[in-house]
Amino acid sequence: MNGEWLPQFLQFLFSGITVGAAYALAALGFTLIYNASNVINFAQGEFIMLGGMLTVFFLQSGMPMPVAVVLAIFIPALVGILIEKLAIEPAKNAEVTTLIIITIGASLVIRGVVQVFLGKGTHSFPAFSGSEPIAIAGATLLPQSLWVLGVAALVVAALGWFFSRTLMGKAILATSYNRLAAQLVGINTSRVLFISYALSGALGAIGGILLTPLTLTSYDVGIMLGLKGFVAAVVGGLGSGLGAVIGGLLVGIIEAMGAGYISSAYKDAIPFGLILVILFFMPRGLFGSKVTDRV
Amino acid sequence: MALLEVSNLTKIFGGVRAVQNVSFAVEAGIVYSVIGPNGAGKTTLFNLITGIYVPSEGQIRLDGRDIAGVAPHELARFGMARTFQNLQVCMNMTALENVMVGAHLRLDRNLFKGALRFPSIARRDAALREEAAELMRLVGLEAFIDAHADAMPYGALKRLEIARALAAKPRVLFLDEPAAGLNPKETSEVDILVRKVADSGVTVVLVEHDMKMVMNISDQILVLDYGRKLAEGSAAEVRRNPDVIAAYLGTHQ
Amino acid sequence: MPRSRFTGLIVIAVVLAVLPFLLPNNFYLDLAIRMMINACIVLGLNLLIGFAGQISLGHAGFVGIGAYASAVLTTHYSWSPLAAMLAGALGAGVLAALVARPIFKLKGHYLAMATLGLGIIISIIVRNEAALTGGPDGMPVPALALFSFEISGEKQWYWVLSGILLLSLWASLNLINSPFGRALRALHGSEVASQVVGVDVAKYKLAIFVFSAVFASLMGSVTAHYVGFVTPNVADFFHSIELVTMVVIGGMASIYGSVIGAVLLTALPQALTGFEGWETVAFGSILMFCMIFMPKGLVPTLAAKFGRR
Repeated sequence: MNGEWLPQFLQFLFSGITVGAAYALAALGFTLIYNASNVINFAQGEFIMLGGMLTVFFLQSGMPMPVAVVLAIFIPALVGILIEKLAIEPAKNAEVTTLIIITIGASLVIRGVVQVFLGKGTHSFPAFSGSEPIAIAGATLLPQSLWVLGVAALVVAALGWFFSRTLMGKAILATSYNRLAAQLVGINTSRVLFISYALSGALGAIGGILLTPLTLTSYDVGIMLGLKGFVAAVVGGLGSGLGAVIGGLLVGIIEAMGAGYISSAYKDAIPFGLILVILFFMPRGLFGSKVTDRV
Repeated sequence: MALLEVSNLTKIFGGVRAVQNVSFAVEAGIVYSVIGPNGAGKTTLFNLITGIYVPSEGQIRLDGRDIAGVAPHELARFGMARTFQNLQVCMNMTALENVMVGAHLRLDRNLFKGALRFPSIARRDAALREEAAELMRLVGLEAFIDAHADAMPYGALKRLEIARALAAKPRVLFLDEPAAGLNPKETSEVDILVRKVADSGVTVVLVEHDMKMVMNISDQILVLDYGRKLAEGSAAEVRRNPDVIAAYLGTHQ
Repeated sequence: MPRSRFTGLIVIAVVLAVLPFLLPNNFYLDLAIRMMINACIVLGLNLLIGFAGQISLGHAGFVGIGAYASAVLTTHYSWSPLAAMLAGALGAGVLAALVARPIFKLKGHYLAMATLGLGIIISIIVRNEAALTGGPDGMPVPALALFSFEISGEKQWYWVLSGILLLSLWASLNLINSPFGRALRALHGSEVASQVVGVDVAKYKLAIFVFSAVFASLMGSVTAHYVGFVTPNVADFFHSIELVTMVVIGGMASIYGSVIGAVLLTALPQALTGFEGWETVAFGSILMFCMIFMPKGLVPTLAAKFGRR
């Protein structure tokens, strides 16, 4: 027994960081949109679903993998822009609850369209570099997990570069701190919105494409994945990019550990229990800033 | 014993001393004004005394009872009421309802009695409606008795806050810049109103920028500068104080 | 005291009285009953969301507690329906009271997250504890017998629920215009202003949260007995969203809006059955459309248009 705990622990850890990386991408999507427009986009999960389902569809219609993947990232980005233009912008000054319902409406539309055209079936496609497990200290790691982690790391690094080194990235950050001030210094805030929603759609889709060979996909996987991405974003303190990444990994790992050591039936409940506990003690997440109301 | 005694009060915000070591006492029944340049810590002082902020150091005594750090809703029980510099009117309610909320602690607030509309509640509410309308007339809002709060102009909302505070039947009333943003005519109306309130036996503590008004109606004035007490005294004394003159003309340092 | 507040109540009473004689068959009677059940839950939820300004995205969890308390306690432990119903309400109330203090320190999206999490945990428990709840397949619920009288058939249920709805409407109208209700609306309008006049904000948020949770649980029990069967769907996230949508579409902080929202959203899926596969798309589009063009909801928007508040 003594010698066996490590491989088992590693096994749970591997599966945790793999799925956690996808949550992190979803959480980054939530964060981008939240920062740009102060909206929690409940359609975020549908981007994840779209990534997977569209790749399946394009592969089935005979396209080569790279083309399918590029299209499956591009279309959700376009959908993100459409949501912003058609649903969020016209309702700009609505209350939080109203905006939440608008994005839920959008998620229903996306899910409904996919269900009509691609059906209710469960799909998958082969892993990118085979499914020969790699043995590490008695545990095994699928090559696809490496893909998930590698691409997620690359995306996070690219985003880090984008926000710290490019003018557009800095403009987005400035807008998230203070929209009015950003407008006054000449930042085109409607372009900021445009890019934030597009990026957010693309990020979700990337996560969905990477995960599909591991977890399968269907028209309705977006709900749970999206909600867990939201949990991850809140764990990290809404609005913090680094917080979203750490939150995503944390949620993934704790979920995998909980499922492995405690109860696999309650796997889906674990992130939500976790967020309740965290919010009870830290009302603004792990990295959220403390604000004092001025009166 | 003074009604309100503040001693060595200090509030630190992330290293910045917004209020430092301020002491003063307010006798019952007077109009006591707090003045000072922008950023002198006047509103912070108000927020400390009325329980919005918790003091970093020092004591606040109301009737000899230490109230530093006590929650605002508890302070209301001790007879404290206030208005706000940036309006805090409930825009989701009518003007009259805003005033009626002021009487919160004097009512039977039971959920079930309210839902089943017990006759006692219905009677008390009808009486309160009259009382609130009377208060609105007192502050010069007779034209808005049937108005919704979000349909009222700025000057009227400032007075609505005073009516709401009065509905609590306070012993001490804190007014945070009641004349800010008002035109001269409205300002002189508020001036008269504050005097009227003070004459009815309510102690008034006032933060105000309008010097004419302050000098007119204050029995005692506290001058703050950079969070510190600069001077205290009657209008005439304060006006003669060289430190005060320097602070206002900006020649110090 | 304006009597006009109750005009709507009288109109609804009249409509409820004549409706059964106009409806062609039990299908419509059943629809009307489900509308009334939803209207009651939504009334309670609107007190929390619309009047007190505190969002809950997990309210179906409390409906589920009531429904499953009635199902499980009567079936497995042979409790009387009334005792089971009260036990469910007590459970929902205690749970709401326990989480209220920490939850209502949260605001905006954090509060949305916390209530959503609570609701999802409840729905997962219901789904997983198959030995008690029948799991995803659900379980049957015996008829509602109160003492020696048993409610059966659409007709009887219709009259019972009409009574419950009218009573709830009357009580809600009273409540929002009582000292308690004004304090509740005041803390929505300005939390700090309500505090300085003596409103213990945390206590009021707790009270209305517990009240709406207990009410949701009671209506969950009623639903379970009426339908005669419960499935985990009653507690799940989508049902929570449906309830919030009814609140918002009808109109936040509008008592009659709650009824309108419940009626419309209960009827909508029926109206959409002709769309063959496009129901979800149509439902989602309508939600978005309503919220974009009437962000304040139907009743307040129409009231403003016709010059009444």
